[in-house]
Amino acid sequence: MPESAPQVAVIDYGMGNLFSVRNACRRVGLDATVTSDPAVAAASGALILPGVGAFGDGMQALRDLGMTRVILDAAESGKPILGICLGAQLLMTESEEFGRFKGLGLLRGPVRRFQGPQEEGRPLKIPHVCWSPIRHPDAMQAAPWRGTLLDSVAEGEYMYFVHSYVLMPEDRAMVLSFSRYGQVEFCSSLRAGSIYACQFHPERSGPPGLTVYANLRRLLLERGRNER
Amino acid sequence: MNVRVIPRLDLKGPNLVKGVHLEGLRVLGKPEHFAAYYYATGADELVYMDVVASLYGRNSLLDIVERTSREIFIPLTVGGGLRTIEDIRQVLRAGADKVALNTAVVRRPEFIREASRRFGSSTIVVSIEAGRRPDGSYEAYTDNGRERTGLNAFAWALRAAELGAGELMVTSIDREGTGSGYDIELTRRIAESVPIPVIACGGAGEPGHVVQAVREGKADAVSMASILHYEFVANHPREAAFEGEGNVEYLRARRAFSRVKPATLGEVKRQLAAAGLACRPTAEGTVHA
Repeated sequence: MPESAPQVAVIDYGMGNLFSVRNACRRVGLDATVTSDPAVAAASGALILPGVGAFGDGMQALRDLGMTRVILDAAESGKPILGICLGAQLLMTESEEFGRFKGLGLLRGPVRRFQGPQEEGRPLKIPHVCWSPIRHPDAMQAAPWRGTLLDSVAEGEYMYFVHSYVLMPEDRAMVLSFSRYGQVEFCSSLRAGSIYACQFHPERSGPPGLTVYANLRRLLLERGRNER
Repeated sequence: MNVRVIPRLDLKGPNLVKGVHLEGLRVLGKPEHFAAYYYATGADELVYMDVVASLYGRNSLLDIVERTSREIFIPLTVGGGLRTIEDIRQVLRAGADKVALNTAVVRRPEFIREASRRFGSSTIVVSIEAGRRPDGSYEAYTDNGRERTGLNAFAWALRAAELGAGELMVTSIDREGTGSGYDIELTRRIAESVPIPVIACGGAGEPGHVVQAVREGKADAVSMASILHYEFVANHPREAAFEGEGNVEYLRARRAFSRVKPATLGEVKRQLAAAGLACRPTAEGTVHA
């Protein structure tokens, strides 16, 4: 019997384009619903928190929708959560973008503005709008991405970034990949259990980016089998 | 920093067109075919510009954006005739990632602030079409270089960045469609004065021009049309096949090639790399799952 497409909720909190996320999900066989309804999100097998825009506005929008509780509950129950770009930043403890704002606090550490990226003495532009390679963290493991959402993505693969702020996890063990802008090395994705945060946009990063969504699908199918 | 190489597709209704300086528009084929080819051969982003931007054409634009974004998983910027927050919302819902704004923000610069607050700065690209005046100054234009604005292009670029634009797309209306190279002075003066990325546009006739726009023009990204379109039509006639208003005769006459040296994205990127300018390597030779 063919397995049915796992359901994921793409949380629509009014911040940026969710439709490329939905399209990427559909391409790899995920049944994605774009929703701003907490009940729909709560009923799905995984949450994707995308978004572009300002941190404070994003948190406010999640609160106004009653979505913060759904996300925290999902984290508690071990349901996979994938935050992308602003969505990744909102999973952190706090940000200093246009003031000081508390985040969801699922991943410990702040979000800080890029500090003076340079190349050959010339300051680099912000936002960082670039395809940049993602690299393994300096871990002891031989294959640190095996079994994660980056499974079978080649080290050094290019992903598409658009951001002015960077994730600063307190615990380096959470770092899944590093990337570089000028001389500044930053955390480009991280993971704590079933919670993933990607600073890059996998849905806009061509075939290697789609691999991230395909891995999410596989993870959900495995979870489904284990629960049965 | 990795330079982005961005094919630009000008649309008129359902067709891909190419504006030729002082000659008007030529129909080249279906935008989806070109988009698919560029995606497969290493485009870093795509730009769709509705060059007629009539109310009638809007539905056809949204259609094309929707079909493209289902197949193509790189950033897509859409511009042409977007005037309101609702217009922007519609193209984003259809699957665009960014919008390019010109006329609407020239008329009311505050619209940059409103749009970037609503959708995030990185979604808002301000398109500046600039023409060189006899005294060496540059003026901003709208409507594909048809309407003068009276705005100094350099002052306008700074203002647009201050108001919250995420990127600037700078097109030389003198070079656009000529194949004679980017306007390096225009590109450099804007790229060096604003803190946000600048996409150089208009005039690429060979890969060497692209290298020049980055090395001398200090562009953060480069956009081009003819060199890529003509290569696709010339070398992949079956994929580009188009039975409508017929590019075939026009291209067979090879007039289009007079100043343009067709090249693939791979060739453009190899020249950038050979000049020591980093960019994402093209998919050629690599295998994806």
